Amino acid sequence: MATAESDKTGLSSKGKYKVIGTRPIRPDGVDKVTGRARYGADIRLSGMLHGAILRSPYAHARIKSIDTSKAEQLEGVYAVITHKDFPDASDKIAELGEGSVNLKHLSSNVLADDKVLYKGHAVAAVAAETTHLAYEALDLIEVEYEPLTPVLDVRKAMQDDAPILHENQRMEDMSPDATTSDKPTNIYKKFFFEQGDPDAAFEKAHIVVEREFTTATVHQGYIEPHAATAVWSAEGKVTLYTCTQGTFTVRQQVAELLGLPLSYVKVIPTEIGGGFGGKIRVYIDPVAVALARKSGRPVKVVMDRASVFEATGPTPGSWIRMKLGVDAQGKIVAGDTEIAFESGAYPVSPIGAGCMCVFSCYDIPDGRIIGYDVCVNKPHSAAYRAPGSTQVAFATESVVDEICEKLGMDPIEFRLKNASVEGTRRVDGVAYPRIGLVETIEAIRDSEHYQTPLAGPNRGRGVASGYWMNAGLKSSVTATVNGDGKVSLVEGSTDIGGSRASIAMQFAETLGIPMEDVVPAVVDTDSVGYTDVTGGSRVTYATGWAAYEAALDVQRQLCDRAAEFWEVDSSEVTYDKEDAAVKGPDGKSFGFVELAEKVTQASEPVVGRGVSNHNEPGGAFGTHAVDVEVDPETGKVKILRYTAAQDVGTAIHPSYVEGQVQGGVVQGIGWALNEEYFYDEAGVMRNASYLDYRVPTCYDLPMIDPILVEVPNPGHPYGVRGVGEVPIAPPPAAIANAIYQAVGVRMRHLPMSPPHVLHEILKKEG
Amino acid sequence: MAKKRVVTTKINGRPVEFLCEPRQTLLEVLRENLDMIGTKEGCSNGNCGACTILIDGKAVDSCLVLAVEAEGMNIETIEGVASADGLHPLQQAFLEEAALQCGICTPGLIMSAKALLAQNPDPTEEEIRFALAGNLCRCTGYDKIVRAVQSAAKMGCASAAK
Amino acid sequence: MPVVFIPPHARRFVNGQKQIEVEGSTVEKLLRNLETEYPGIWDTLCVDDALKPGLAVAVDGNMSNRGLHQAVQTESEVHILPAVGGG
Repeated sequence: MATAESDKTGLSSKGKYKVIGTRPIRPDGVDKVTGRARYGADIRLSGMLHGAILRSPYAHARIKSIDTSKAEQLEGVYAVITHKDFPDASDKIAELGEGSVNLKHLSSNVLADDKVLYKGHAVAAVAAETTHLAYEALDLIEVEYEPLTPVLDVRKAMQDDAPILHENQRMEDMSPDATTSDKPTNIYKKFFFEQGDPDAAFEKAHIVVEREFTTATVHQGYIEPHAATAVWSAEGKVTLYTCTQGTFTVRQQVAELLGLPLSYVKVIPTEIGGGFGGKIRVYIDPVAVALARKSGRPVKVVMDRASVFEATGPTPGSWIRMKLGVDAQGKIVAGDTEIAFESGAYPVSPIGAGCMCVFSCYDIPDGRIIGYDVCVNKPHSAAYRAPGSTQVAFATESVVDEICEKLGMDPIEFRLKNASVEGTRRVDGVAYPRIGLVETIEAIRDSEHYQTPLAGPNRGRGVASGYWMNAGLKSSVTATVNGDGKVSLVEGSTDIGGSRASIAMQFAETLGIPMEDVVPAVVDTDSVGYTDVTGGSRVTYATGWAAYEAALDVQRQLCDRAAEFWEVDSSEVTYDKEDAAVKGPDGKSFGFVELAEKVTQASEPVVGRGVSNHNEPGGAFGTHAVDVEVDPETGKVKILRYTAAQDVGTAIHPSYVEGQVQGGVVQGIGWALNEEYFYDEAGVMRNASYLDYRVPTCYDLPMIDPILVEVPNPGHPYGVRGVGEVPIAPPPAAIANAIYQAVGVRMRHLPMSPPHVLHEILKKEG
Repeated sequence: MAKKRVVTTKINGRPVEFLCEPRQTLLEVLRENLDMIGTKEGCSNGNCGACTILIDGKAVDSCLVLAVEAEGMNIETIEGVASADGLHPLQQAFLEEAALQCGICTPGLIMSAKALLAQNPDPTEEEIRFALAGNLCRCTGYDKIVRAVQSAAKMGCASAAK
Repeated sequence: MPVVFIPPHARRFVNGQKQIEVEGSTVEKLLRNLETEYPGIWDTLCVDDALKPGLAVAVDGNMSNRGLHQAVQTESEVHILPAVGGG
């Protein structure tokens, strides 16, 4: 690993900071290694009932009738609900902070209205004394369906004669044509970006490569299934315990869907067992709330694993046409791409982000990007780690590799020649501020991995880069200085991977106190200011910034209190973070702990407040190198070695930054080599279990070597950049490029599972 | 509904008697009947290993065991791993190596690793990866988990475990 | 003067221009001033005094979450882009 051992002694490798750059044990760690931490399904309330959800056996059907009477009569059943138990949702778009949602679609997705649009679509729900009884009651619900033909492939769904999911959907055309049509279509939106004159530029190109790519639908695969427990108070307020990436977005969705005042919904976050973008939109939360209201008892709903696969947001399958042209010196002169994403049962998919990421790593003076957001009979796609970026990076970086081969140019040299730098204008028009792509390419070039030749038959090395724009959004933090000199830090960002530590460290750094003296608490929506989701790689950046502001507020208040004690003017008092002390005239000084105690006894409480709503500039880049070995008999690809270089701005807690990179890489490897939703013709997912879907196991992998490149972000007090999402984008392309080096076949479909690779090998051999 | 049965076991060193339905898995009884929520449910079909416990020293997916089968067995769960003296070396190593992110797979991984180190106090990386292959982690990419088990082995985890 | 990059689907209201210099200290003022000269562009990009759902503003390369209220400097570049959700 690229980080120095000395970090563990407690000193930052750069010596610039006291706390930032060290590797303390996370505050919630002991609870999590002893089984004491409470996750979604671990909630138990007195008198609690258990919910279960009836799901559609059809991928596309009209619901003619639902008869719940027999289920209601079963002893031990307290409530049965269908879509009719929700108020009519308006066709309103609600902004969820990170992305928006059409409430009518959301409501129909939670419990189907007149149509089911994918196998597993929720149709009705039951609350009963036990889970077993609830499932028995589901068998007594009679649903009459009129089956319709499903459409499962994005290109087929775009055809004129395709079965239509939403009769009232018309394509919104964002191109200069701005066409309008009265014809129902599965295409929700056509995106369009253009810079310069790509057609003319291609005419002058020395080499042009144009290829088509497809990628399968894949899932976030968090190990904890969704779980929600709702309890109503007598005065009509509801409390919801749930595992979510964002309590405030759950509050908003539940309030909107059930027609409740926002402030009557209190969301208490449990620990969260992974999310990766998949635990932002609600699925079962409104169901638990509605069942609890109808039954008058607390109700817990826990999803089973198959339902998580079949009915929660995967990330879109895609079709991409990618065309790049270069001049004789290897400079990219033109790019042209068409990208179609399967949005699933409802719009929207991350196609907009895909369009913005597709050419993000390169300076392309003349380019065009066309994107299509297309409904198919699969679950409504959701965000998944750098949503949209992995699919498009697979296409771009594969074509780049082919161009390098034709030019006879090293892929690192090609990237250095064409990389986006400060001032590069992306095809969607945005010009970059200071970014660190070149540094990540150089880090790979100079790595021991890349400098060591790879030997042996059927082995190959591949390189790819990737990008994610990162979010800022809103965060709130409050900090109470306690009489023992420690600080209670109250925050709204649910901790999905160590953010209690990274936020507390920035707070501690700002006051010059030990991180161990900061006691963080992730609290409910009534107990902290508005905070957007734990997503978009934003928490360490944005909630960290709010914590920094709260610490500055504490500094100011401590100075004011000290001034009172000393009977001097506040302007004569300063906070010295080196000594963690307040200093006044004539050598007067209070240590932090001393003043905390004194203030608690004889002054107003010190409560710091910090909010942030900044926009992270630039986004983040990564460049990866991978060595593979391909078994030419079976098509199985083994990862021999993997190195990922990423611009992380400033690594607050390097271990968890490395962990984000390693985890993202492995999800990318899974996407590259194995993972896919395998549907039969009727639209039934035939592999809705972990091992059939095939997420990577420990035994599939080598160590993943992260190289943390630190180009401090000029737009953050400590130079933080979001790190979580970028590392998933490069792996499929890097591995495809390595497979080509190993066995001479170009893989243009994900996953590159043994049958697909073997097929290409056999085709090449004739 | 079939009649409930009384089952007598030892859990984390103490005798435990519980009443269960024949259709209940050991995972369900641990969590729902005995309120031992440290053992996690990720899939309930033996794929993910989040519910790993030790039965007579062997790592087992508790979702694949019917509770009635546990009669007379010696069960260890995550709740019994730390002692009054403090954390088990594996737990300490997981913390120091940052071998968890969301933490939902951690109890199961610690149980599998504990079974491995009891049998093989000095495993190679390959042996660790093989022993943990039944425990899925979606956050970490496994790198730091393997290092944590290596580190716990170095700390003399096997002797401490006994 | 700030420069507004006109999204492709709105170019038909501005005679196909890709970018236009226009006065204003916030994105809202820029777009209001554009509307005076090029009627139709406001309703293409905004609804109920806010950006249409699915659209976002970037000023000088930074995606903003202040929408029409985002302040702009005299040398600023303003882009109207698809709103993006992260994982």
